[in-house]
Amino acid sequence: MFTKSLAALGMALAFSTIAFAHDSAHEEKTVKIAAPWEITSFDLAISGYVIQKLEIMENLVDADENGVLRPGLATDWAASEDAMTWRFTLRNNVTFHDGTAFNAGTALTALTRAWKQPGVLSKAPIKSITAEDNVIIFEMEKAFAALPALLAHATTIIPAAASFDEAGAPVAFVGTGPFKVSAYTPPQSIDLERYDNYWGKKAKIAKAGYLAAGRAETRALLAETGDANLVFTFDPAGFNGLQAVDSVETIAVPIPRVVTLKVNAGHAFFADPKARQALSLAINRQAIATSITRFPEAAASQLFPPALNSWHNTDLPKLEYDMEKAKMLLAELGWQKGEDGILVKNGERFAIQLRTFPDRPELPLIATVLQASWKEIGIELDVSVANYSQIPAGHQDGSLHVALYARNYGLTPDPIGTVLQDFAAGGGDWGAMGWENAQVAQALEEIAAKGDVEKRAKNIALVSSIIQEELPLIPITWYQHTASIDANLEDVIIDPLQRSYGLSTMRWKK
Amino acid sequence: MYKKLIAALLKRGLQALIVALIVGLVSFAMMQALPGDAAFRIAAGRYGYDLMDAAAAEAVRQELGLDRHWSLQLFDWLKALAQFNLGESFIYRGSVSEKIAVQLGHTLTLSLSALFVSILIAFPIGIYTGLNPNGWADKFFLQLSIFVRAIPPFAVGLTLVLIFSVHLKLFPVAGFRSFHHLILPAFTLGIGMAAVSNRVIRDSVLEAMHSDWQLFSRIKGLPSGLTLRAHVLRNAALPSVTYIGVQMAYLIEGVVIIETLFAWPGIGHALIHAIFGRDIAMVQGTALTLGLIYVGLNLVIDFLCSFIDPRSAKS
Repeated sequence: MFTKSLAALGMALAFSTIAFAHDSAHEEKTVKIAAPWEITSFDLAISGYVIQKLEIMENLVDADENGVLRPGLATDWAASEDAMTWRFTLRNNVTFHDGTAFNAGTALTALTRAWKQPGVLSKAPIKSITAEDNVIIFEMEKAFAALPALLAHATTIIPAAASFDEAGAPVAFVGTGPFKVSAYTPPQSIDLERYDNYWGKKAKIAKAGYLAAGRAETRALLAETGDANLVFTFDPAGFNGLQAVDSVETIAVPIPRVVTLKVNAGHAFFADPKARQALSLAINRQAIATSITRFPEAAASQLFPPALNSWHNTDLPKLEYDMEKAKMLLAELGWQKGEDGILVKNGERFAIQLRTFPDRPELPLIATVLQASWKEIGIELDVSVANYSQIPAGHQDGSLHVALYARNYGLTPDPIGTVLQDFAAGGGDWGAMGWENAQVAQALEEIAAKGDVEKRAKNIALVSSIIQEELPLIPITWYQHTASIDANLEDVIIDPLQRSYGLSTMRWKK
Repeated sequence: MYKKLIAALLKRGLQALIVALIVGLVSFAMMQALPGDAAFRIAAGRYGYDLMDAAAAEAVRQELGLDRHWSLQLFDWLKALAQFNLGESFIYRGSVSEKIAVQLGHTLTLSLSALFVSILIAFPIGIYTGLNPNGWADKFFLQLSIFVRAIPPFAVGLTLVLIFSVHLKLFPVAGFRSFHHLILPAFTLGIGMAAVSNRVIRDSVLEAMHSDWQLFSRIKGLPSGLTLRAHVLRNAALPSVTYIGVQMAYLIEGVVIIETLFAWPGIGHALIHAIFGRDIAMVQGTALTLGLIYVGLNLVIDFLCSFIDPRSAKS
């Protein structure tokens, strides 16, 4: 009797707490997406990037897969001649998923909130944001040409008033996008339905679902079985395995993310560019790209990857791998081999610490490769794998020697915002440290301020060549974004800027 | 009877209060003792490495008042707790109790289903092997139990997925929205639990079968089936239920790896993330809830045991 009653209790609980949800044969199939990123909060400063990818909310400015800006919730925009004032004209007849109208008031509230929170707008030289009829006006503190690109970023998407409670706390995801939320279970999943009153071209699929699957093994199996139709980010083993599966197509898209080393140029060991060049010469990028990240073509020949189009400088000589030259440069700086094989100068051993983090599983592996190969040139490397916040913290208190991380230069369609943070005077938490170059700072200011195409190209070439020569950051590999697509889906666009999963354009094959 | 019930409830209520206080204080102290700047950790958890920097960390410090003395922070938490308010998550904003309610629901669904699976497997095997000790079945299940217990749950889960999802296409790989999604994670955990509990049940049955009272009931003329149902199983159930209660406690917080493998939203997963991200409010809230659940679990086990063996309630 006891067993029976327990069994009954178990069954009752299992059935009562879980609803059945099956795709009926008559209904169109739900497109299921699986990716590692959890949707942890209604706060858009935290979850905005997934909400943008799922096309639930939209920006004033949109971008295509080549990073070319196009109208979003703003139909057009223009700067005053001195680029001190930007005016964005808003689209009419747009409604949010709750039926309320999108207007200058909601846009102003959203952008002001985004400006006051950590994100791309908080870094821009904005003096004020105001609304006038259906125009949003940005007054700048100094000329700033890249503002439209910032308004395409995930932290500047526009939520409806209904996304917040009376106290202003975020409580829902209500946007203007082609899909609306039908169910949300933090942090794991979100279900979507097509929004039939969408202002633009309506989505072709009726339903979609997103599942955050933290483990790469799980994602590969989801793709293989067809339990997810669009799966992002695989480990090399899973990705290779999927290539033999007929029901899915695999794809690797180069994206503007770079595995890079940050070197404290303010530290006596690294103050001379020759020391940083020596570190760079002792990195076998080809081997790392072949054996660890498994895309040999992604060995970084310079900081800005080809995916960044206008910033990638094809005229630059490639970064070399040459251990003998590395040893020679260090010898020129007065380093001599000590008894234990480690270099010594003025009684000080060349023993340094590298900080990295495990969130991207390839980073600790690359760190150990560096440890082995730098040992050959006489540098003792202690690898510290911990929380990534130790890198900006180490930048602030000056305790950092070198750090290994993945930097995203595709945060906004125009990377100038990120490049400015990294290389302008004073450097940045995720950029140069103890390194300043007046020419670079001047060129970056000009790129940020003016839209003149020719001058801009010249300045970009200057910046990339100085960075290549001085190596305040030492690039290692570029990233490939891996995805699998169900063979029954068509018109799927994999966005290298990772702004969208392309749900609104894809459809099931007839 | 009612007096006993009220006394037991009062005792456990007092225990719950003490557990709440101790868990809250200890988790707070442990979070304070961790090295590193909490503001940087929290900002990292909120904004990710693409957007997190020193300015964001400073904003977090101001917003959450992390620069105040620790005693003030603790006092605020205790004050809110006295009003049954667990506060807001440092990383995800939003109410801690709401987040816990969602995640706990999923964890309990998974844990109870796993328990159900383990009982379904362990009781028949345990009873059979207990009644037929040292037979081929006893030896076989002993070996099997050791083998299954030695495999990490992660590998058991992957094996089940490979067999039942990839090859047989019977159940989905991961997710949590339907009953189908529950089967594989519940079996992964249930099989692991059953591997131990079937041996506990076997030993209890065996011990009961060798007891004097079992012999007496047979001598007084009861048929073997009735002796088994009325005496042996009831007595053997006592240690088994207690042991399953202990397993359940481990299960609720120990399913992290299974939750991650099957993309199942649960409280273990949430607690680990909260500790990494220094989400002090979330850690305290979750630890407190788990502590109280253990008290509740003890209460349920007590009642079950006194129901199975009324003598223990009388004594």
